[in-house]
Amino acid sequence: MESNIVLQYILSGITQGSIYAIVAIGFNIIYNTTGIINFAQGEFLVLGSMIAISLASFLPLALAVLIACLATTLVGAALELVFIRGLKKWSPVRVVTLFLLIFIIPFRSGLFDGFPFLANMVFCVLIAAPIAAGIEFLFKRFVKSTSNVLRMIIITIGISILMREVMLHVWDEKNRALPFFTGNEVSSIDIFGAMISPQVLWVLGVSAVIVVGLNLFFKFTLIGKAMLACSDNKTAASLCGINVKWMVTLSFMISAGIGALAGCVTSPLTQTQYNMGSTLAIKGFAVAVLGGLGNSTGAVVAGLMLGVLEAFAISIMPNAYIEAISIVILLVILFFKPSGLFGSAEASRLKEF
Amino acid sequence: MLKILNLESGYGKLRVLKGVSLHVSPGEIVTIIGANGAGKSTLLNTISGLIRPMSGEIVFDDKQTGGLGVERIVGLGCTLVPERRQIFNTLSVKDNLVLGGYLRWSKQGAEAKQDLDYIMGLFPILKEREKQLAGTLSGGEQQMLALGRALMTKPKILMMDEPSLGIAPIIVKEIFRSLTKLREGGLTVLLVEQNARASLGIADRGYVIETGNIILEGTSEELLNNQDVQRAYLGKDYERINE
Ligand SMILES: Nc1ncnc2c1ncn2[C@@H]1O[C@H](COP(=O)(O)OP(=O)(O)OP(=O)(O)O)[C@@H](O)[C@H]1O
Ligand SMILES: [Mg+2]
Repeated sequence: MESNIVLQYILSGITQGSIYAIVAIGFNIIYNTTGIINFAQGEFLVLGSMIAISLASFLPLALAVLIACLATTLVGAALELVFIRGLKKWSPVRVVTLFLLIFIIPFRSGLFDGFPFLANMVFCVLIAAPIAAGIEFLFKRFVKSTSNVLRMIIITIGISILMREVMLHVWDEKNRALPFFTGNEVSSIDIFGAMISPQVLWVLGVSAVIVVGLNLFFKFTLIGKAMLACSDNKTAASLCGINVKWMVTLSFMISAGIGALAGCVTSPLTQTQYNMGSTLAIKGFAVAVLGGLGNSTGAVVAGLMLGVLEAFAISIMPNAYIEAISIVILLVILFFKPSGLFGSAEASRLKEF
Repeated sequence: MLKILNLESGYGKLRVLKGVSLHVSPGEIVTIIGANGAGKSTLLNTISGLIRPMSGEIVFDDKQTGGLGVERIVGLGCTLVPERRQIFNTLSVKDNLVLGGYLRWSKQGAEAKQDLDYIMGLFPILKEREKQLAGTLSGGEQQMLALGRALMTKPKILMMDEPSLGIAPIIVKEIFRSLTKLREGGLTVLLVEQNARASLGIADRGYVIETGNIILEGTSEELLNNQDVQRAYLGKDYERINE
């Protein structure tokens, strides 16, 4: 291969890889404070970019992205409050939320469009209400019967399905994209003979800022340290006066917020579709495990590795197999080195779980 | 300072404490002694808010604290050094102490900084090891760290659950000496111990707890001279341990 083509592959691999890394870091933040793997992490990226795309039609791009990130952060908080924190108690808020979410589906899809508006509404309510009540009932049964962490992980899978369905009905299945942040789809920059879109630099820059920012946050701020303390020992954290429940909510907010930001910067390059969250989640999860769960530096290195590996694989394998690479890596790691490539033996020995 | 009335508490349906009453006055060191499984830890965990009481009253500083969250109770000035220390293994020694002052840095930052320096003076080994991961400290050092972290909350009353557990006698002595010193500075202490000899040695008063009931109370003097206590908690060869 010519050197500029190699460079081209590497750059596109790094771009894709930095997205995987951000998704993996989102996993890590929540894992660190709760021990849960939040499988709705991919949906945060999609939700963030979808909101930004809608807002960008009438707002300046920067403002649209900012509002989208904040809104997704709030959605992260709301999901945690309703589905994770309120898990143990019977919750009217959760029933109503479930009801509204399920209500949208027949309503937006026009299942009863032939009927007058009022009848349409009544039919949708008649469908949604028993389903919402049934889910709540099963939910409660389920809560009593399985272990805490496993149960919460399964609930995050449920949240991701729910978010995907809602996004399908709010936005439809079309591919959308944010405009390029600088230039347009044909502008490109020459880096040692490799041509890249300026958006790639945005992706790399924003990813770097997120990674460095989070590191500083956890190392140097009191709240960051308090979140680490929760992941280390919840009882002890509460005995220091730390409100562990809010730290968990905060971890969902941060994960949702950086997910949305990552979704926005990549949208011009990869486009956004309502169902791309699950692929991102699988790849992000493979990267998080490869880098050692909870280890953000590991996530960056593993993310870049997977991205570059996939980029080169494109030149020698059919596209369908590319998607399998991450799964194969995931299985191999889980079988042979579950602590990940960079999981520190010392730190994991000191961890409670 | 702390008054407990007919406290019942336990886990799920299991009632461990069956109506415990006790009180601790300002400036006192009070100890609770009892055998394994008597309910000592359950008592301290309930006072600190880790476990919800089933019934009874907990009054701290004239406020009903039964049923409040742990963070609230810590904020009021009632802090527990839990059994088996429970330090943050994966964080540095210094960060452990800093987190002890979590509720204070924003409002009383200067004072918290002073306390941090004071605690590092009280246990110089913590100053020496401040950058080391806390999980790599020795058991005795970890107990000092746990005590230091609790002191960083600036408690009015400090509760300690078996600080001597798995620690060399010489370190236990050092920790107990620091408790006496802290008491001179105005701290009130509620100390749970199996090592009755040592804890009665520094305490003003004591309670004996057996299967969830207080069966005996009195000054340390009285308890040390009580025949039942001598037989059950100080051992027959009490004179030799006394050495
Ligand atoms: N988390 C728990 N769930 C159920 N039962 C518990 C739990 N913790 C303690 N117990 C039970 O409560 C009783 C009292 O336990 P507790 O830990 O309070 O005793 P203790 O006096 O502190 O004993 P030790 O000296 O061994 O620490 C014991 O019978 C114990 O089995
Ligand atoms: Mg105990």
